[in-house]
Amino acid sequence: MQPKIVFSNVTRRFDLAGNEFVALDRFSLDVADGEFVTVVGPSGCGKSTALNIAAGLLAPSEGEVLIDGKGVDGPGPERGMIFQQYALFPWLTVRQNVEFGLRIKGEPAARRRETAEHFIDLVGLGHFADALPKMLSGGMKQRCAIARAYAVNPSVLLMDEPFGALDALTRVQLQDQLLETWSRERRTVMFITHDVDEAVYLANRVVVMAARPGRLQEIIEVNLPYPRTEQIRLSPEFTAIRNRVWHAVYHQH
Amino acid sequence: MSAPSNGSGSRNAGRPAADFGGIALNLAGIVVGVALWWVLTAGGAVGLPPPPDVARKFVELVGNGQLATDIMSSLARVLAGFLLGVTLAVPVGFVMGWYKVARSLIEPYLQFFRMIPPLAIIPLAIVTMGIDETPKIFVIFLASFLAAVVATYQGVISVDRTLINAARVLGAGDLVIFLRVVVPASVPFILVGVRIGLGSAWATLVAAELIAAQTGLGFRMQQAQLYYDLPTIFVSLITIGTLGLAMDRVLLAVERRLTDWQERV
Repeated sequence: MQPKIVFSNVTRRFDLAGNEFVALDRFSLDVADGEFVTVVGPSGCGKSTALNIAAGLLAPSEGEVLIDGKGVDGPGPERGMIFQQYALFPWLTVRQNVEFGLRIKGEPAARRRETAEHFIDLVGLGHFADALPKMLSGGMKQRCAIARAYAVNPSVLLMDEPFGALDALTRVQLQDQLLETWSRERRTVMFITHDVDEAVYLANRVVVMAARPGRLQEIIEVNLPYPRTEQIRLSPEFTAIRNRVWHAVYHQH
Repeated sequence: MSAPSNGSGSRNAGRPAADFGGIALNLAGIVVGVALWWVLTAGGAVGLPPPPDVARKFVELVGNGQLATDIMSSLARVLAGFLLGVTLAVPVGFVMGWYKVARSLIEPYLQFFRMIPPLAIIPLAIVTMGIDETPKIFVIFLASFLAAVVATYQGVISVDRTLINAARVLGAGDLVIFLRVVVPASVPFILVGVRIGLGSAWATLVAAELIAAQTGLGFRMQQAQLYYDLPTIFVSLITIGTLGLAMDRVLLAVERRLTDWQERV
């Protein structure tokens, strides 16, 4: 079967005050359809750069990213993105935020409303559909952003440290909720994090990256069943994989 | 979310008017001020008119319609100049914020003219535009335009990049991003600019009337000065201050309403 996302020798250089800086060096990765891949690595390892290139917000210096076999050229609604800073439009209500992409697609109001309602309920914000973002907690904002990304029906979700700004408790809750959503509305997910536990708990595979230059270090399979539960999180198998990822991240050469 | 602080009163956003204790203190302050003015002027020591004289003059000027005429002609000038200035400033500010080329072309002029007090343009305006309404409106237009244009383009260039990226990944093209992201995100900045614009329009108006006018509040003071008519000067000053304050409050209420979505710290 054709992989959903293909990074093929992707290199990205930046010009920093006359000095060339290699943010990402010949990065290659295949992500299968419906797979949940997490990417961890120290800062400067190019994980966000890789994600932004896949999103089409950044062009690669060399190489290319293919989605369903087609080269990425700019952003598109088949690739939803979730940002660490939520990026909700603060002047729009939760419902209007979720409808934003549907409006651009030109969907009729009734369909828009129905779709938005579905995803707002899915992320548990039913009672806050008409609230402005300023009324929401960080966790609720991110749930709204997830609903907004889902609403345009992307086949790929690109998530850039989405839970990085949340407290530990909320983060665990949102991890469970994200997996729950993902199991019901299966999409291919590429999820960036700097939290090793989070990377292992969510993923089919953990991609470990190294810095200077940003590159692929190691890919670690997570052979744990879904649905992931607290039991799994506290199991020796989880700990073993977690330790492997930890070593790959913190003891790089 | 970054947004310009709007100076006064952002603390109680959402429920203004509820602060009765504050309003009572405001009124008390005014009463004390007037009383002090009365005491100081009662003996004629300071050479200024006491409140009753000013009040009598006020009634007289209202009665013979002169105050209303002056207010109307001043307001007509200020509103004409201000509306023209802001109406032009908003699109120019957007163009400057959105297109780097336009910004580089226009900015030198903007920075240069900002350094010239609008009143310094009056001699030139009178020579080239005559002595009727045009030069006065032009100068007010210039003052409010310069204030509002800078605020607008600051607003456009400080729109959060992440919001623009979020719109792009949701499928928005440049036009949609402009209309649905850049414009609403700039509204708080624009409204601050509009308020500053109104302030400088009002300030410029009175000065322009002092120099060259046959009607208006500034002209009335100029006349009163010739006849040593201090109560009329006082009535004019109080009217100018009150009208300016009222217009500012109206704009502040509009601003509150339109930017209610902002997270205020």
